[in-house]
Amino acid sequence: MTQSFKTNRRTLIKGAAAGGVLAAAPLVSRFAQAQSSAPIRIGFQQHVTGIGAAYGRWYGRTTDAAVKKINDEGGINGRMIEIIAEDDGTDPKRGAEVVGKFASQHDCDVAFGTLFSHVVYGSAPAAGELKLPYFVVSEGHHVASGALNRYTMQPGITDVKSQVQAMAPYVAENLGKKVTMIFPDFAFGHDHRDYFTAAIEAQGGEVLEHIAIPPTETSFTKYFPKIPRETEVVYHVMVGPAVLTFVKEMGEFFGPSKPAIFGFIDSLEAVDMTSPGLEFLDGTYFWEGMPRYAQADQTEYDKAFRAAVGVDDNGASVSDPRDVSTYAHMFGCWETLHIIKAGMEASDYAGPQDRAKLIEAIEAMTELAESFEHPQGPKLFNGKTHQVFGVQYISKVENGKLVKVHTTSIEDTQYPDEADYTTMAF
Amino acid sequence: MVVGAVPRLLPGVVGFAEEICITLQAWSFGAATRLRFQTLTGNDPGMEFGPHLLLAVLEGAVGAAVLALTALGLSLVFGVMRVVNVAHGEFYMLGAVVAWFVASVIAGHPALGFVAALVIAPLAAAVVAMVADRLVLKPVAYDPEATIVGTIGILYILQQAALMWFGPEARPVEPPFNHRIALPWYDWAAGEWFYPWGLSTTSYKLFVIAAAVVILLAFWAVLTRSRIGLIMRATQLDRETALAFGIPVGRVYSLVFGLGAGLAALAAVLIVPIQQAHYLMGGDPLLLSFIVVIIGGLGSVRGTVVAALLIGMSDGIISVFLSPTLSKILATLLVALVLVFRPQGLFGTRAA
Repeated sequence: MTQSFKTNRRTLIKGAAAGGVLAAAPLVSRFAQAQSSAPIRIGFQQHVTGIGAAYGRWYGRTTDAAVKKINDEGGINGRMIEIIAEDDGTDPKRGAEVVGKFASQHDCDVAFGTLFSHVVYGSAPAAGELKLPYFVVSEGHHVASGALNRYTMQPGITDVKSQVQAMAPYVAENLGKKVTMIFPDFAFGHDHRDYFTAAIEAQGGEVLEHIAIPPTETSFTKYFPKIPRETEVVYHVMVGPAVLTFVKEMGEFFGPSKPAIFGFIDSLEAVDMTSPGLEFLDGTYFWEGMPRYAQADQTEYDKAFRAAVGVDDNGASVSDPRDVSTYAHMFGCWETLHIIKAGMEASDYAGPQDRAKLIEAIEAMTELAESFEHPQGPKLFNGKTHQVFGVQYISKVENGKLVKVHTTSIEDTQYPDEADYTTMAF
Repeated sequence: MVVGAVPRLLPGVVGFAEEICITLQAWSFGAATRLRFQTLTGNDPGMEFGPHLLLAVLEGAVGAAVLALTALGLSLVFGVMRVVNVAHGEFYMLGAVVAWFVASVIAGHPALGFVAALVIAPLAAAVVAMVADRLVLKPVAYDPEATIVGTIGILYILQQAALMWFGPEARPVEPPFNHRIALPWYDWAAGEWFYPWGLSTTSYKLFVIAAAVVILLAFWAVLTRSRIGLIMRATQLDRETALAFGIPVGRVYSLVFGLGAGLAALAAVLIVPIQQAHYLMGGDPLLLSFIVVIIGGLGSVRGTVVAALLIGMSDGIISVFLSPTLSKILATLLVALVLVFRPQGLFGTRAA
């Protein structure tokens, strides 16, 4: 019993060597087989930390669910999908580094998953330089605007320009024509400002005042006095952790004499609609990318999608009703992964040498029917602008729940092409 | 000792200033045009000047009240221990997060959960801080440079622990009471009182201001009138002599570090029914507390309170009428001026 088990340098090295051999063993056998059975590696640029973390968590859960479904059904061309998730800290600089790691360190076939538009802006050039197909799930208009490159695509979620443009007719007809806009003061908010202002003017309305709020602001009452009194509709879109404060303080500011209120659900994404202080939202309207609450006319696809991701009829986690999802956005990860699968199958994708073929195959896609693969609704992909178009939903808050009152057509969301990526060289 | 510490603080302060400038650069473009528009038209398109100013003052007062409590904790820790606590903002966050946990497990009227949180959250933050003091600060013998690095480590540990266990969402705590109070305004032309559109506050916001004043007075009384206050002041004045007179300096340090964290947590419990608990919420209070403490003078209670009022109110008022960027630029500029012309702060004393 006197023998001591002191760890010294030599035993450590021995242990490490043994561990290394053990860890490497499966790799040896894996690569001994034909390349075609190696997994397809998809780099997942995830907002695990930073202001996008609530979205990142649900993007992660949706991605896991989609990968499980695809792998259970036999994978892509008989190969399993392997997700390599890296945290980008919701930071553009870190985002570009993560894309670099996917290409050079992790040997990923493609990268996907970015949401916040400034991170997309920061990362896309890296993807273009490294010739890594980069599928963003961001809503930003930057893809369709032609500002990015041939390797960057957005096939799983519609962009802000098409969303706001489709809202303007409903707002002008049902809520009012004199609008005051409140939006975050960065690219995403500026897209709202520019495209909605133009769209409401096309409907004979006008925006009386643009109120830009710094994205890191935590107190909002001081901005509301800038809302002109003749405002008929307040249009709000806010992102980040302070959204609930924003909406609550808006209610406290207006009190009993509030104008019509139209918001993008981004203002309350991942927030429980029954949170204290949100009662005043009853009777107000929201854009939703996909209805958070299961609707009376719920499709079987929506039902199956909820079950696969683990979301209940109120849009919250089945394991914790207070853990509210980012339901209006996260379907984009599910749909994007299915597009990658379809593209790889159409192009007979075998490895990184086929990346250009993969992009051409996706550029050739057009109509995407509503299905379990596309539970949000039918879509139309524009290969030239690398952007998908699809139906949008408007919901009204009734007794603390979002009830769908209007579904736009795909035509409502379309606009003339601003770019043609297919003419760019690979 | 103070004189020695301030220059060492400088790189950190310059770093913070740079951070502000970079983050706010993008916002500042709008400022100039808005300023010109409002001075030209003379009034705001929404609300008249008077009511708008009153609203801005009320909002500024809420911010100043919470800031005063938070900064006081930071100032106390520096004053007594000579420790620049970079993790201070995370104790604030910890207070908000614990308040959410407490409020969510206690059923019944929201006031019950809130009152419980008011007691439990500062205690919890204080205990964590005391443990951190024993595990991190004491082993490095309170060396100024080492404690900065050590508290940066505490900052990340607390922040990531919150992300793991609490999650990335912002979570609300229900206020114990919250009534919208419409405020009247006197119309000189018509000679009568009226209720301008949107001019309102809430009973809870008024309560936050009152509660902060009471806590500050109580704190001041403890520090100047009680035995424990005397011991803390003695330790602050001269650590060696205090030790020679039998004051258990080690225990006083733990207590002070816990008290500082508790003050930050208390401020967070007060604000959390207005702003939600979020794992990144500690950043702003830390930055503003540093600004306040530097302007007011490290270790000076009076300076801290005055500077908190100055920064909180100017943030409320300037950001309403000019731009949020400008108020942050002015605060940073003030820090720079104070450091150049009065490095000990407005109310700080230049120790030998």
